Amino acid sequence: MDTLVQLLDAMVRVSVPLLLACLAGLYSERSGVFDIGLEGKMLAGAFAGAAAAAASGSAWIGLSAAILVAVFLALVHGFASITHRGNQIVSGVAINFIAAGSTIILGQAWFRQGGRTPSLAGDARFQTIELPGAAAVRDVPVLGPIYSEIISGHSILVYFAFFMVPFTWWALFRTRFGLRLRAVGENPAAVDTAGISVTWLRYRAVIITGILTGVAGAYLSVAQNAGFVKDMTAGKGFIALAALIFAKWKPVPAMFACLLFGFLEASSIRFQGMDWPLVGRVPVQLINALPFVLTVILLAGFIGRAVPPKAGGVAYVKER
Amino acid sequence: MAPAAIELKGINKSFGAVHANRDIDIEIPKGTIHGIIGENGAGKSTLMSILYGFYQADSGEIFVDGKKTDIQTPNDAIAAGIGMVHQHFMLVENFTVLENIILGAEGSQLLNAGISRARSELHRLEQDYGLEVDPDAVVEELAVGLQQRVEILKALYRGAEILILDEPTGVLTPAEADHLFRILRMLKDEGKTVVLITHKLREIMAVTDNVSVMRQGTIVATRKTAATTVEELAELMVGRRVLLRVDKGEPNPAAVKLSVRNLTVKDSRGVTMVNDVSFDVRAGEIVGVAGVAGNGQSELIETIAGIRKAVSGTVMLDGKPIDVTGAADPGELRDRGLAHVPEDRHHVGLVLPFEENENAMLGYHDDPKFLNGPFLNIDAIRADAREKIQKYDIRPADCRLKTANFSGGNQQKIVLAREMEHDPGVLIVGQPTRGVDVGAIEFIHKQLIAMRDGGKAVLLVSVELDEVRSLSDRILVMFDGRLVGERGPDATEGELGLLMAGVEAREAAE
Repeated sequence: MDTLVQLLDAMVRVSVPLLLACLAGLYSERSGVFDIGLEGKMLAGAFAGAAAAAASGSAWIGLSAAILVAVFLALVHGFASITHRGNQIVSGVAINFIAAGSTIILGQAWFRQGGRTPSLAGDARFQTIELPGAAAVRDVPVLGPIYSEIISGHSILVYFAFFMVPFTWWALFRTRFGLRLRAVGENPAAVDTAGISVTWLRYRAVIITGILTGVAGAYLSVAQNAGFVKDMTAGKGFIALAALIFAKWKPVPAMFACLLFGFLEASSIRFQGMDWPLVGRVPVQLINALPFVLTVILLAGFIGRAVPPKAGGVAYVKER
Repeated sequence: MAPAAIELKGINKSFGAVHANRDIDIEIPKGTIHGIIGENGAGKSTLMSILYGFYQADSGEIFVDGKKTDIQTPNDAIAAGIGMVHQHFMLVENFTVLENIILGAEGSQLLNAGISRARSELHRLEQDYGLEVDPDAVVEELAVGLQQRVEILKALYRGAEILILDEPTGVLTPAEADHLFRILRMLKDEGKTVVLITHKLREIMAVTDNVSVMRQGTIVATRKTAATTVEELAELMVGRRVLLRVDKGEPNPAAVKLSVRNLTVKDSRGVTMVNDVSFDVRAGEIVGVAGVAGNGQSELIETIAGIRKAVSGTVMLDGKPIDVTGAADPGELRDRGLAHVPEDRHHVGLVLPFEENENAMLGYHDDPKFLNGPFLNIDAIRADAREKIQKYDIRPADCRLKTANFSGGNQQKIVLAREMEHDPGVLIVGQPTRGVDVGAIEFIHKQLIAMRDGGKAVLLVSVELDEVRSLSDRILVMFDGRLVGERGPDATEGELGLLMAGVEAREAAE
C-alpha cells in the first residue's frame, strides 16, 4: 500500500511538466502550428527560472523570467513559421538546439558551476502546499493517504497544471476563441473569409504555448528540483508531443496520457536496482528506456487513427 | 433610379507581371441576378476577391448602394452587406453546421448565447427560403449540395444583401443546380442582389438578368441576357468564333478491347465505391460515363488503370486479364497499350515542378527511344517534347519551362500528348477539360474524336454532362457506385439528369 501511494505520488509530480508541455503543444497544434520546440522552450524556461530565482531570491520572479524567455522563443517560432511561412519542423529543431547550447554556455559564464545554477532554498523555490485537513484524514483507510499523500502536499504549479485541463477544455469548446482556434487549425481559409485574422489568431496560440512551456520549465528547476542542471528536460518535450498525439489533441485524454507516461517514469525510478524474480537485476538503462519503448508501441498500434488538425504544419497562404 | 447595388470603377489588379484585372467598370443593379462569364484565368475570381476584400485593388473605386466603400478585408465586405459562396467551400469540415455558421459572427465571448441565437435565426431563414439543413449535422457528413447551402446560410446569417457565387454548380447534379437557381430567384424576389460567376453558358441563359463577359482581365461586353445568345457569348469569351458542337461521324465499333465484369471496389474506409459494374468498350467507339462527382467514376477508372485495387471482379484488356484484385502494375498496363489521362492532372498526371519535357515522357521513361544505355537520352527527350508541343499547340512553346508555369489547358495538353502519342489501343480519360479554357476544349475534343476514328477504344469520365453527351457513342450513368443505365448519345439531358440523381430507370421513362 505504501509503495503504491508513493508511486502514485511520484507519478503526479513527474507528470506535471509533461502535462504542461502537452497542453502547451495542444494550443499551438490546434491552431495549425506544429511545435517540436516544446523541449527547447521548456529547457530555456527552466534555466531562466532558476537563474532569476537564484539572483532575486524569489520563486515568483523565477517563474516570470521562465515565462518571458519561453514566450520569446515561442514568438521566434511564430515569426518564422506564421509571418515568414517557414518550415515549422526546422524552426522547432533550431529552437531546441539554441536552448540546449545557450543554457549551458550562459550557465557556465554566469555561475561557473559546470552549467548548473546555484542551489535554491527557501522563498527562491516553490514550496509544497498542505491542503486543509490533510493531517486530519491521514489515518482514514484508503481515502486518507490518497488525499494527504497524493492530492495534498504539492507545489502551486502542480495544482495550476491540473486546473489547466478543465480550463483548456472549456476554452476550446465553450468560448469564441476556442471555436476560432479549432477552425484555424482545420481550415484557415474559412477563418480568413469569415473576416478573422489568421495571423493574429495563430500568434495568440503560440504565445499561450510559450506561457505554458515557461511554467513547465520553472516547475522543473524552481519547484521539483532546486536549480537547473544541463539537459534537465531530458526528452520530456518529445514525450509530451507523443502524449498529445496519443490523446488525439484533446485536453482530458491528454491528462490521462501524461499520467500514464508519468506513471512509467515514476516506476522506472522506483524499480531501479531492484532484484526481480528469475531475471535478477535489470540494467538501469533498460528501465529508463521503458517509457520510450511504450510510446513507440502505443503510437504504432494501440490508439487507432490519430488525425491531426488538417491544416497543421502548413503556413497559410491566400490562393495564388 | 435607385443606385446600383455594386458599382466598380476603373479596377486594376496585377500579380507580378500578370495584369489580372484591367480598368474594370461594372454596374450591377439592385435586385437582379448578374452573371459574370469568362474563361479560366479571365480574371472573374480575382475581381470578386477584390470585391470581397480578399485582395486589394491596385487602383479603382468600389461603390455599394451608391456609397463609396473602402473594402480592405473580408470584414469590411461583410459589414457592407456582401456575402460570398466560394468555389471551394470555406467550411470547417469537422464542425457542425451551426458552428460553421457562427464562426466569425459569434456575437459574444462565450459560445452558448451565439449558438442559440443562430439556431432560431437559422429556423427563420429555412422557412423564408426553403434552405433546409440539420443545424447539428457535421459538415463533412453532408452531401456537397447541402454543404453549399450551409455556405449560403452563412452569408445570409451575416445579413448579406449582395450574394456572390463563384462557380456554384460544378459540384451539383442538374436537379440540385435547378434547385439552387430557384433559391437564387427567391433571393432576388426578396430584393437581394446575386452575382453569379460561371463558365457555363447554359446557366447564364437560365437564371441571369444581365451578363458581363470577361476576357484577359477586361470586361468586353455587358448584355441583357434576354437580348443575347449562347453563340454570341461564346464568341465574346474566346474572342473568335468557336464550334460549340462537336463534329463527328458515325462510329465504327469493332472488336471488344476492354471488358469489365462484376467489378467491385472499396475505398480506404471500406465503403463500396464501385458496385458490381460490368461493361465493354470496343475499338472505334467512345463510351462515356456520366455521373455526379463522387459516385464511383474516379474509383472505376483508377482501378482499370491499375492504381487502385478491386475487391472482386475481372477486367480483360484485349482478351487477356488485368490483375485488378492483385498486383496490377500501371507500367505493365501501359506496355500492353492502355493509356490513362488521370482526372487530377496536378497530383497524378504531372509533376508540376518538373520541366515540360520531363513530364512529356514520364511513365514512358524506359522506352528505348528515350534511353542511351543506362542513361536518359536528354536530346531525344527534348526533341520528342518539341514535336508534341508543335503538334498539340502547347503554349508557351518552351520544353524547358517548369510545368507549373503552363495554364491549365496547356498542362492538360501535355498529359494528352504524352498518352495519345504513344499510340495506345485503349485510352481512359478522366475529366479531360476540367479547368481548361473554351479554345483548348475544342482542340481536346477533336483529338478524342480522332482517336476514336483511328480505331481506338476510348473510355471517358466527365462530370460535365454536355461533354459526355457530345462526345460519347454510348453513355453509361453511374450512381452510388452502380451503373444505373445505358443510353445513346441522343438521350435528353433531363433523362440523364434523373438517372444521375438515382431515380430508377423505370420512373425516368414515365
